[in-house]
Amino acid sequence: MEKILTSFIDVEAPHTIEVARAHGVYDGLKKSIGMDRDELIASFKASGLRGRGGAGFPCGVKMSFMPKDPSPQRPSYLICNADESEPGTFKDRVILEKNPHLLIEGMMISSYAMRCSCAFLYIRGEYGHAARVLFEAVEEARKAGFVGKNILGSGWDCDLVVHRGAAAYICGEETALMDSLEGGRGNPRLKPPFPAQAGLYGCPTTINNVETLSCLPYIVEHGPEAFAAIGRNERNTGPKLFAVSGHVKTPGVFELPMGIPLMELIEDVCGGMLRPDKKLKAVIPGGSSVPVLRAEECQDLPLDFDAVAERGSMFGSAAVMVMDETTDMVKVLARISHFYAHESCGQCTPCREGTPWLEKVLQRIARGGGREGDLALLDDMAARMMGTTICPLADAAAMPVRSFVEKFREEFEYYIKHGRSMVSAG
Amino acid sequence: MYGEEFEKQVDQIVARYPQPRGALMPALHLAQETHGYVTPAAEAWIADRLGLKAAYVHGVTTFYTMYRTGKTGTYLLQLCTTVSCMLRGCDHVLEHIKQRLGIEEGETTPDGTFTLVTVECLGSCGTAPMMQVNDEYYEDLDIERTDALLDALANGESPKPGPGPLRVIVE
Repeated sequence: MEKILTSFIDVEAPHTIEVARAHGVYDGLKKSIGMDRDELIASFKASGLRGRGGAGFPCGVKMSFMPKDPSPQRPSYLICNADESEPGTFKDRVILEKNPHLLIEGMMISSYAMRCSCAFLYIRGEYGHAARVLFEAVEEARKAGFVGKNILGSGWDCDLVVHRGAAAYICGEETALMDSLEGGRGNPRLKPPFPAQAGLYGCPTTINNVETLSCLPYIVEHGPEAFAAIGRNERNTGPKLFAVSGHVKTPGVFELPMGIPLMELIEDVCGGMLRPDKKLKAVIPGGSSVPVLRAEECQDLPLDFDAVAERGSMFGSAAVMVMDETTDMVKVLARISHFYAHESCGQCTPCREGTPWLEKVLQRIARGGGREGDLALLDDMAARMMGTTICPLADAAAMPVRSFVEKFREEFEYYIKHGRSMVSAG
Repeated sequence: MYGEEFEKQVDQIVARYPQPRGALMPALHLAQETHGYVTPAAEAWIADRLGLKAAYVHGVTTFYTMYRTGKTGTYLLQLCTTVSCMLRGCDHVLEHIKQRLGIEEGETTPDGTFTLVTVECLGSCGTAPMMQVNDEYYEDLDIERTDALLDALANGESPKPGPGPLRVIVE
C-alpha cells in the first residue's frame, strides 16, 4: 500500500515546511480553497473515513452537523484532539512530530469546509517535543499564507492556536477537552447539546482526531473513491496507523490498510513474538479500556471497527498490546485499574468511588490477600459503573475488569485460593 | 510578577484566545517554566490578569498532574509504569533507580539533583520502558541506558533524548 500519512517521515527534517511542500503537502489545501464547501464535505462522507480517535464516527457526517451561517458573534470552531492518552496509544505522536504540516493542512481543509474562523490544536502536555515542533510549523504555515488572514488570497481568515494540556487523560474526552481549552478543570459535559450545537464557548464546534484530519488532504487530491479503495470494505476504509506494543520483536507505529489481520500484524509486521519460545496469550486490540482477547480469539481477525466489534471487543485507537504466556493477567488488570482510578475526574460518584474500589480489590488479590467473593464483587461494581456516568471513563474502567475476569478466571481464582500467581507458579 | 518579559508573554497568550480565561493553562505552564513550580503568588497574579478568582485558578492547577505546587529536584524523573512499559520491565528499572539514588517514589535526593515519580502512560509504548526527564522523553531504557542517562544528568550534561538503537526488555 502506498503510504499516505507517513510517506516521508524517514527523510531528513520531515517536519519542516520545505520538505513537506516538496512532498506535496498543502497541494490539497490549494485545491480545496475555492471548491464548494458542501461538495467537499460530501466527498469526505463518500470516502467512508471514520474517526480515528476511537469511536469511529463518520467524519463527513460529523462535519455536516455544523451550521452553514456562522457569524462573528457565533463563530464555528474546529478542534484537533491531540490529547492521545489511552494507554498503549502512540500513533498520533508520529504525525505530530514528523509530519506536522500534513496535519495543519488537514485542519485548514476541514476549517474551510466548515466555515471556521479559528482552529485549535489541543496537544497533551507531556508531548513537549511535539508541541515545540507544532508551534514552529504553525508559524511556518502562517508565513507561507496557509494559516491566518486571507488564506491563499481567498479572503477567508482562520487562525490556528496550539494549546498544551497538562496531563489529564479525561481531557481526551471531547467535552472535557473543551472545558480545559476554555481554561477550566477537564470535567465532561452532558450531551446533548452536542459540540456542533454548543461546543467551545457555547459555539458550534467539531472535534476530530489527529489521524482523521491528516487523511483529508489525500481525499481532496485523489478523490473519495481512491481513499475508499483502501481497506477491507466500504465501512472500513483508508489507511490506518497501528501502534503495537508489548511482547513483539519490533513494536512501533505502522501505516497499513484498514482491516489488516491481527496475526499478520504480529507475525509479519512486528517480527513475531519477542521471545520465540513463548506463546501468545492475549491481545488488547484498541487501547487499555477495550475488552481483552484470548490468543484463540486473535486468529483470523481483521483489525477494523466492525470486525473487532463482532469479536466482542473494540477497535478503539488501534493500540494493539500483545502479551505472551509469561504475563500475569491479574497484575496487568490491577495496573490498568490503577490508571483509571488515577484519571477519574471525580465528577460522577460511580466513577470517582468505583474506580479506586476496583483497584483496591484487584491490588488485594495481586498481593495474595484476595477473598472468596472478590470476583463477584468486581463484577457487581463494574456492572453498577457502566452507563451510569456523564462520560465513558467509568465504562473504560469497567470493561477490562469484566473481560479479564471472564476470560482469565482461572488465574484470578488461583490467586485467591493460593495467594500467588498461577503464571509464576509454573 | 516575574518581570516585564513574563507579563508581556502572558498578554500575548491572552490575545490568542476568544476569551481571556482560555489563556489560563498556558499562563500556568509559563509560570512553572519560569519559577520551577506554580506558587500561590503566581496563581493570584494570573487570576487577576485574566479576571478570575484565585481559588478557581488553584482548582485548575491542582486538577492537572503536570502543574507542580512545590519544589522538585533539578531533574524530575517521571518513569512510566502503565501496561506497555510494565510488559517490557519498567518495574525493574524503577527498583534500580530507587536503589541507585537511595530514594523512594516522590522523594528527592539530598543534593537536590533528582526527584523520582512514577507516571501514567506517556504515549511512548513502542519504545518502552521509558521516562520523561523534565520536558524530554528518554526511551528504550534498559538498566545500562538508564545508568548512562543518570550519569550524564548528574554531570550536568544534556543527553540526547528519544529512542535507543534497539528495543529492549528488562527481566
